[in-house]
Amino acid sequence: MSQEAHSVTGIDSRKLLMWIFLASDCLFFGALISTYLIFKDNIPNPPYPTDRIVNGEFFHGLLNIPLTSVSTFVLLMSSVAMVLAVYGAQNNNLKMMKGWLLSTIVLGIAFLLFQVYEFRHFLHEGLGLSTNQFGASFYLMTGFHGVHVGIGVIILISLLFGSFRRNSLGSDTGFHIETAGLYWHFVDIVWIVIFTLVYLMPY
Amino acid sequence: MTAVLPLTVKENSNSGIWSWLTTVDHKKIGTLYGISGVIFFILAGAEALLIRTQLAAPNGTIISANVYNQLFTMHALMMIFLGVMPMGAAFFNWLVPLMIGARDVAFPRLNALSFWTFLSGGLLLTSSWLFGEAPDVGWFAYAPLTEKAYTIGKAMDFYAAGLILLGVASTIASLNFVVTIINMRAPGMTWFRMPVFVWMIFVVAWLLILSLPVLTIGLVQIYFDRNFATNFFNPTGGGDPLLWQHLFWIFGHPEVYVLILPSMGIVSEVLPTFAKKPIFGYSAIVFAGLSIAVLGFAVWSHHMFTTGLGPVPSIVFSASTMAIGVPTGVKIFNWLATLWGGSIRFTTANLFSIGFIALFTIGGISGVMHASPPIDTQQQDTYFIVAHIHYVLFGGAVFGIFSGFYYWWPKFFGRFLDEKLGKINFWLFFIGMNLTFFPMHFLGVQGMPRRIYRYDTDLGWDMWNQVASIGSYMLAVGMIVFLYAVWKAYKTEPNAPDNPWDAPTLEWATSSPPPEHDFDVIPVVHDRDPLWYNRDNNIVQEQVTDEHIHMPPPSYYPLLLSIGLLVGGIGLLTTLIISFVGVLLVFYAIWGWVLEPTS
Ligand code: HEM
Ligand SMILES: [Cu+2]
Repeated sequence: MSQEAHSVTGIDSRKLLMWIFLASDCLFFGALISTYLIFKDNIPNPPYPTDRIVNGEFFHGLLNIPLTSVSTFVLLMSSVAMVLAVYGAQNNNLKMMKGWLLSTIVLGIAFLLFQVYEFRHFLHEGLGLSTNQFGASFYLMTGFHGVHVGIGVIILISLLFGSFRRNSLGSDTGFHIETAGLYWHFVDIVWIVIFTLVYLMPY
Repeated sequence: MTAVLPLTVKENSNSGIWSWLTTVDHKKIGTLYGISGVIFFILAGAEALLIRTQLAAPNGTIISANVYNQLFTMHALMMIFLGVMPMGAAFFNWLVPLMIGARDVAFPRLNALSFWTFLSGGLLLTSSWLFGEAPDVGWFAYAPLTEKAYTIGKAMDFYAAGLILLGVASTIASLNFVVTIINMRAPGMTWFRMPVFVWMIFVVAWLLILSLPVLTIGLVQIYFDRNFATNFFNPTGGGDPLLWQHLFWIFGHPEVYVLILPSMGIVSEVLPTFAKKPIFGYSAIVFAGLSIAVLGFAVWSHHMFTTGLGPVPSIVFSASTMAIGVPTGVKIFNWLATLWGGSIRFTTANLFSIGFIALFTIGGISGVMHASPPIDTQQQDTYFIVAHIHYVLFGGAVFGIFSGFYYWWPKFFGRFLDEKLGKINFWLFFIGMNLTFFPMHFLGVQGMPRRIYRYDTDLGWDMWNQVASIGSYMLAVGMIVFLYAVWKAYKTEPNAPDNPWDAPTLEWATSSPPPEHDFDVIPVVHDRDPLWYNRDNNIVQEQVTDEHIHMPPPSYYPLLLSIGLLVGGIGLLTTLIISFVGVLLVFYAIWGWVLEPTS
């Protein structure tokens, strides 16, 4: 858009828009994570996130740290791939860009599959959305994050397809990849926060 | 596909309904916001008149308790989200690009999207009346009243879905205007040369960007509680009703500044023009605005003093609330000092601005009173609070908006609003407003609770209630006078000069009304009051005749996307399959949007 190119600060308006949107997104996750943390010590009935003994009875915690560490690692690696894709785009290396974009997408989808597995496992263990506050706030928070990853995957796939239509890199393609990269890294960082606060933080 | 507009092409070549549905022009979008805002304002006002008629005498019989609950809830929701906010949006859509010397906003299509999404949300929320399912638990919708066990029908789903849509609309608009203000300023328009109005909008946009997500999550949780049997806020299931209060007020207090800051911006433009001197203490006003934004996020629990927060939080929130009175007071003194020693012209616009200062100050003072927890414990849920909110919202926000109407009408439409009618309008509003709301202080202190649908004779509340109702009819008459002035202006030939008030800001540098591309030549700014600087230094804007200006072409994708969101919202109220259709529509619209050529 002709108007979008104009910029007092030298930062492209579209990138600025992404940055500010991410600031807003922080508060979405902030509210969701707070809800989880507020409830985690006051869950009225099992299943619980971590091992606990209630009235002399032992309950197994549901959260599986080793498994989630793996999926977290997968998502982190997708960020590395994203960095390389942006690097390729900026250096006019179309092949490199496409290859790493594809890797990012595959890793993103792998992360989502881990999440699907985790949700199904929890359901199987008797944790539904309405079972207790752990279920409600956990599914809402991680589900919302999963939707973010999903949207990211869709954006990256569209960019990948878009890049097949040309044989050289327009300046705009590189720009779009970079902006999508911002989003992707943000979603990763949010996951690190969730992983730390929800999975790793001891009681 | 870019329309190449030679300077001779005027905008009358693109009128007609389709041009409004597909417009991406910030001025037309501003007008759309204005028209819808005024209509919703009138509807919300009608609800208030019903309330006042019921309460005019003891033991009112015209309205049942149920309908009464719906009336006060919808009155507040419509006034806040569908009346005052959109009227504010009308001004910032119109003015921000003009004031910073830009041809449009950073993202014209996103701008259209925010309007249509706002309208979708507004229609969804108000349509609840048609089904007899209007929300009825107060605009802040305290849990557990919002839970399925207490509100069986769809009312609270209307509330959640409607406000989520409205939140999406406001967020998009705010993102757009933050980027516009950062990136689209004309050469020489540095941060500290920006008009105060633009600064206030910058602050408002940030407040919305950072507070709406919190409300949205709360609304999603209400929706889940009601439809998927979760227990976020339901105490019998281990949920926490106070969590909702926190989420709501973390949004809710910044929201009250969202309502007032545009009007503070308007007043800061009107007063200097009619006092013929620059705003007093420009930097102080700007920094006061910024500190209000920061402090505004640190005071929300003053709405929750009576929930038993404990002494420490109460003291902290009481102190921060009193502290926010300081920047507010700074502004009031700045406005007074702007008037001081000026050669004041008492135009209608200026009267409304001066009225603003007086009335807003009263509301600010009562605000600081209930910043004190022991005092608030007496005042909470009484008419004293109702008096406070209306002094700041009617005397403040609405007076500012009307000041803006009378001030910028000639710029927007090339026609003046009649000054004689304007003064009648002003005095009816000023007297009516004080008659309606001042007695509510007395009623509150006498212990009359808010949100009761009738009261007994022997409580000593009769007289002031009657006075308040009479005042409210005066307000209605004032509104009719305003509409008549609008109609009269509409019937006259455009005759407004470019800068009829001899005002200092850039929007007055272009024609009245401005051409589609706003400025034939992008102005160069040398001073905080650019037009006065040019006037005093005999600088004449150079005239260029054959420039080709690229304006973005119209697009129907924003409208389509909003319809998708609306269908999604309707799905939330009926069956999720419909939501799915809405999502598909959204995807289709985004697809078309992205591929649509814009240059
Ligand atoms: C000097 C600045 C202000 C202070 C210290 C202040 C303080 C307060 C306090 C402590 C309350 C809670 C009272 C209670 O519920 O018991 C309150 C309520 C309220 N204030 Fe203010 N206020 C200020 C300015 C404003 C402004 C500028 C607006 C809007 C334009 C506003 C709108 C409201 C509304 C709508 C409520 C009532 C919410 C409800 O319960 O429905 N206030 N204010
Ligand atoms: Cu407040």
